[in-house]
Amino acid sequence: MKQGPGLRIYAIVYLVFLYAPILLLPMFAFNNSRVIAFPLSGFSTQWFVAMWEDEQLFRALRNSMIISSSTAIFATTLGIFAARATTRYRFPAKGGLIALIMLPLVLPEMIVAMSLLVVLLWIGIPLSIWTIILGHILLCTPFAVAILSSAFQSLDKSLEEAAYDLGEGPISTFRLIILPLVMPGIISSLLICFTISLDEFIVAYFLGGTDTPLSAYIYGQFRFPARVPAMLALGTILVMVSILLLSIAEYFRRRGLARTGAKDTGGFL
Amino acid sequence: MNVTLDKTRSDLARSDMIEFQDVHKYYGDYHALRGITATIKEGEFFSLLGPSGCGKTTLLRTIAGFEGISSGAVMIDGKNMARVPANARPTNMVFQSYAIFPHLSVEQNVGFGLRRDPRTSAQKTAAVAEALEMVGLKGFGGRAAHALSGGQRQRVALARALILKPKVLLLDEPLSALDKKMREQMQIELIRLQRQVGITFILVTHDQEEALVMSDRIAVMFEGEIAQLADPETLYRRPNSRKVADFIGTMNFLPARILSETGDVVEVEAQGFGAVTLTAEQCTASGNDSAGAMVGFRPETLTILFDGQTGTDRETMGVVTEVVYYGDMTYYDVRLDGTDMPMRLSMRNVFGRPVLDLGMRTRVAWAPGALVLFR
Repeated sequence: MKQGPGLRIYAIVYLVFLYAPILLLPMFAFNNSRVIAFPLSGFSTQWFVAMWEDEQLFRALRNSMIISSSTAIFATTLGIFAARATTRYRFPAKGGLIALIMLPLVLPEMIVAMSLLVVLLWIGIPLSIWTIILGHILLCTPFAVAILSSAFQSLDKSLEEAAYDLGEGPISTFRLIILPLVMPGIISSLLICFTISLDEFIVAYFLGGTDTPLSAYIYGQFRFPARVPAMLALGTILVMVSILLLSIAEYFRRRGLARTGAKDTGGFL
Repeated sequence: MNVTLDKTRSDLARSDMIEFQDVHKYYGDYHALRGITATIKEGEFFSLLGPSGCGKTTLLRTIAGFEGISSGAVMIDGKNMARVPANARPTNMVFQSYAIFPHLSVEQNVGFGLRRDPRTSAQKTAAVAEALEMVGLKGFGGRAAHALSGGQRQRVALARALILKPKVLLLDEPLSALDKKMREQMQIELIRLQRQVGITFILVTHDQEEALVMSDRIAVMFEGEIAQLADPETLYRRPNSRKVADFIGTMNFLPARILSETGDVVEVEAQGFGAVTLTAEQCTASGNDSAGAMVGFRPETLTILFDGQTGTDRETMGVVTEVVYYGDMTYYDVRLDGTDMPMRLSMRNVFGRPVLDLGMRTRVAWAPGALVLFR
């Protein structure tokens, strides 16, 4: 089909707008000036060194690791239960319940953060990394459910029946048949939840108390112009780690589809 | 397809393996099984035949334990299965989709059921190899399951089910996913395998030819009920209703009027054939077909008489309205004198004998003994 240049220009502009700012990140991270402006004055790795020597940053990083790993594990576990229940069993108000689980996906994070803060303060739970984890589980579970539902859905029901038929009980069937077949989905869910939690700012900022995670720490550092290039260095590393994690997640999702012989119905990438 | 197989094993010594006692199954308001009562013998090749939605798969799944029943009883080898879960029943199943575990090798699939077996791993390996050889997959043990063809998957599923030496092997439309040639080959192999292992096979199929070829006995099911349970020949020659007759092969029907019925003899006035005397054995039970009395006959029971041929049977005349040439056979549609509808006839072709043309008048021989009275 012949088409005019309009759509092509649109696509190029769109992609430039989307990715050019991210390309600027490493550019200024390796620039030997503390002023974030063109022209670039010279190559330097001093900002990576500055970043490396920042103890507060490492504390924030440690907090983030605890938050993101815990969130990924809890959200994925909840996702397994929900995905299993919705793909295998019929129960009243199923559609409504799924909608409620998926709602945080479209709910403004600001609303989630504010209402959680109000409730936590009212109950009297002190703010800590655990309150952040609570909020992040809420945000990540819909993603886990979406990924795992597709993994559980592509599972042929007669595989389970065959395992029963050959003498296995429900628990050993889950362990020997279901779990290995949905494992790619589980890994993919863990990685995506981890990434979302790592990037998340609003909930982390609202519910963080004195234990600042990485995202809130970076935001705080931007008040000091001298610290900005070091944060760009950190950002460069984070972008690379994020791309790596999402690629691994997508690899496992596709491998899972190939294993069960299902058709690709589209994932996150 | 023309297979002659020895079906002469003695029925006398066999005990009952499966017994359905007035089995009902409801899905909400839907009455899926409507009072199934039947007995399947030990070592029998038994088929559940019917159109989709007739309840044949549901009935099979009540034996396996995947489907509970609403009332009645399912007995296996004299034991009521009401409280026995699927994983404790002496049955194994070959699934329609084969349900080969995609993440395991052929060997691991076949040996899956031996996990709780007390035998040593060397003995288990030998059992797996033996099972694979039995289904013609010797040397395939190390292959990945997802790299197999449809026919090979089928064989793996069979080996996996048979390795546990079940009392009953359940087969849920196992051949429906195969192409015609493969299907015919597997039919013969399944019969051979069943003779070899000697256990009860219960096959679910919608393919009447498959059921006729493979089974010792067939239960024809419609709408959750068994319409007729008989051996293949009885089912073909003496269907007990027009519905069964229509489902199994082709049957021609002509309107008839019952003149008299005395003891074992029924006098009938049939369109195109005139007055015929039938025995009671040729008549279905009164009331099976509410639409009125009809005589029925199979395409091969009428013979076209070529020039000079004389038959010992009775004769009538007809006009050829359709000719379908199949190589070894020719199917003719012939409108018999005194009838409005053409009847389907099949003739084996003889070398050197011409095939009749459309519109030709021909003599047709028919035998009163080949007629069935539906009423």
